[in-house]
Amino acid sequence: MEKIPILRMGEFLLVTIQIDMHDQLALKLQDDLSSTICRNASKGVLIDISSLEMVDSFIGRMVADISGMGRILGAETVLVGMQPAVAITLVELGLSLPGVATALNVERGMALLRQKIDAGGANVDQH
Amino acid sequence: MSTSIKSGESPVRSEHDIVLARQQVRRLAQELQFSLVDQTKMVTAASELARNALIYGRGGTMHWTVLDSADGRRGLRLKFADEGPGIPNMELAMTDGWTSGNGLGMGLTGTKRLVNEFEIDSAVGAGTRVTITRWK
Repeated sequence: MEKIPILRMGEFLLVTIQIDMHDQLALKLQDDLSSTICRNASKGVLIDISSLEMVDSFIGRMVADISGMGRILGAETVLVGMQPAVAITLVELGLSLPGVATALNVERGMALLRQKIDAGGANVDQH
Repeated sequence: MSTSIKSGESPVRSEHDIVLARQQVRRLAQELQFSLVDQTKMVTAASELARNALIYGRGGTMHWTVLDSADGRRGLRLKFADEGPGIPNMELAMTDGWTSGNGLGMGLTGTKRLVNEFEIDSAVGAGTRVTITRWK
């Protein structure tokens, strides 16, 4: 069975999508990620889509769902590496991915994740 | 008037067929030397319509045609045909944000924005045919 690998890097998870996913594979990734977040008490998820040449409404919804689901499970999600042509197409399609944090590349995505987690931690401390 | 240079078809009967349809459209768009943005738009439009044909139309066929227009432009036309239940309320189906399934409601209206020409023909019990064209 095909599978998209989820790499664990300390309190973060890194997912690099490198193949043209069929719908079931996208759904399986969503399942795998939620269980991996729970198992490792991960604080952040970085999804790298720099190899994806197309994001349609199904994949867009999967990414938005992962982001929402992660937040409930205590993990922030950042989507990185979207190709310009993909971004233009997504917006014209009507999918601007509200609620999904994005960054230009993995490095900036990591920085954004750190920032989000630190900010979240500060909030918790206040209570 | 436009003339057909070449044409073919591929089945849309499974999720894997959606992936194959995307790849087929990518190849054709590249052959036509579409810009990367135009390639991506056409491939994304094909993905949306192929999924519609599979999920709502219980499977169908993608017919593709490479066109030559009277004024010398090349284009790619895709027709997705299914023998599903058809669309009872076209006005509603073409409303932004509307979905009968569990989609985002981006399917038809969103797809229309990605192409130059969009035509839909559907009736209850008579299936649905969506034809899209993008010119270079």
